[in-house]
Amino acid sequence: MTALLEVDGLTKTFAAGGPPWRRRFVHALTEVSFALEAGRTLGVVGESGSGKSTLGRCLLALSTPDAGSIRFDGADLGSLSRSGLADFRRRVQPVFQDPYASLDPRWSVGRSVREALDVFRIGSTLDREQRVRELFDRVGLNPELAERMPRQLSGGQRQRVGIAAALATEPQLIVADEPVSALDVSVQAQILNLFRDLQRDLGVAAVFITHDLSVVEHISHDIAVMHLGRLVEFGRASEVLARPQHPYTRSLLAAVPPAIPTRTHPHN
Amino acid sequence: MNGLAFVLRRTLLTIPVLWVMSIIVFLIIRLVPGDPVRTMLGFRATAANVAEVRRQLHLDEPLLQQYLDWAGGLLHGDLGQDLVSKAPLAELLAQRLPVTFELTGLAMLLAIAVGVPLGVRAATGGRWVKRLTSGFVVAGISIPDFWLGIMLVLVFAGTLTLLPPSGYVPFGDDPMQNLSYMVLPVLTLATAEAAYILRTTRSAMESVLQRPFVTFLRAKGISRRRITYGHALKNSAPTIVTVIGIQIGVLLGGAVIVETLFALPGVGRLIVTAVNQRNYPTVQAGVLAIAATFIIVSLITDLFIGWLDPRISDGASR
Repeated sequence: MTALLEVDGLTKTFAAGGPPWRRRFVHALTEVSFALEAGRTLGVVGESGSGKSTLGRCLLALSTPDAGSIRFDGADLGSLSRSGLADFRRRVQPVFQDPYASLDPRWSVGRSVREALDVFRIGSTLDREQRVRELFDRVGLNPELAERMPRQLSGGQRQRVGIAAALATEPQLIVADEPVSALDVSVQAQILNLFRDLQRDLGVAAVFITHDLSVVEHISHDIAVMHLGRLVEFGRASEVLARPQHPYTRSLLAAVPPAIPTRTHPHN
Repeated sequence: MNGLAFVLRRTLLTIPVLWVMSIIVFLIIRLVPGDPVRTMLGFRATAANVAEVRRQLHLDEPLLQQYLDWAGGLLHGDLGQDLVSKAPLAELLAQRLPVTFELTGLAMLLAIAVGVPLGVRAATGGRWVKRLTSGFVVAGISIPDFWLGIMLVLVFAGTLTLLPPSGYVPFGDDPMQNLSYMVLPVLTLATAEAAYILRTTRSAMESVLQRPFVTFLRAKGISRRRITYGHALKNSAPTIVTVIGIQIGVLLGGAVIVETLFALPGVGRLIVTAVNQRNYPTVQAGVLAIAATFIIVSLITDLFIGWLDPRISDGASR
């Protein structure tokens, strides 16, 4: 099976202040390579500063890497034409951390979901209304809510809107950067279940970026662990979780609280 | 709070503002040193003459009584008489206000037409666009309008003789002539205004364009143009409209100088002349008319912003 997304030797460095003759650099990404097959979910785990968000920005073509390549469906992102980039944007959709900050506060949420349909001229004008209702239904929202403004919805509802907006163009890949970390734990679980159901029903591939290993362990087919800009571990989720190779992965796993807490002494 | 309640509450609020305004207008002219009766009669008038005229004009009554008489007249639509010409002030204002409104209205329209598009370009454009617009902002804000007005007259009326240096013809008499007299005053008044609006638009747009939802929209494949005009400008609109509303007050103030400079028979020049004569009723009526105009413009601005940004009329925190 050919890969939908191939990342090869991705490197990105930022200047981090200092005078020009002694400029300090942050190596956000160093030689990151992996591949993702269509319809699969990749969980990218790492602490803040590990380069995982830079990876997300590169995958969404918001940042240009210094070296290395990203190939989506065989086409190199760096050499896409204008129309090629537009096509890429339609097929790869983002979901961001804070859905309140990612929705235009002055647009009704229905209009926000609909915008991509208008921009990419998907369906007729009448179809689009219908499609928005279907999308709301699909992500477990009452279609009546489409008239509301973002501030009138709860955090979980807003993230469902964000997901509906991402699904509007029928993408092949969703890049989700910390999609649940701004939500309450109970709501997190609902959104994660929604992602898993969508994945199963629609067969859309996803890159799921998070600092929290427990978030991805139930929904990922593959797991990539990032540490200081490098990909330190990559493999099938079951493999990585059962037999972590890198010490950093082991420390991450140790940090995940067990499902059934055992009594521990605070000083032990 | 629903929309209607917001409109009602905001409209009712203008009543106490107008009332306080009338007290301030009434008191402030009386705080200025100088006596209207002495100015009217000249330095040869006898004390008896002065006292007689003072009594005729009710200026010998206590301040409170004078205020109540004046305010009572206002409530019946009677603005009083000009002390010098004895003309009814309502008539005088009816002649003068259209001139001032034409001047400030045209200046504001020109300033918006220049300031908003340039502000958008300044926020989204390249380095040279940013430099040129910054230069315009600094020049526009720091050049005083009386100097700019004189320079414009020197260049366009003096050297180039393209436009009349000063004067006025009513729009109804000869529209083209009227507009040719208006060009220089409007340019004078609009330059600083356009600079303010440009700066406001630029900074409002810049702050919206830095918000995460803009990055998100870019990642979703929404075009830059659509993000700029459909999202960012719409989100900047309440800020820009607020500043425009406040700046109309500044323009009405600037009109006093510009009308004097270009000999336009507007309310501003009426007030300047009346102040020099200590012509109390005329100053009161003129300032009150300008203040009332500004209060009404503020009301319209607020209602418009409430419509643009429902969070404000909802009473929710921003």
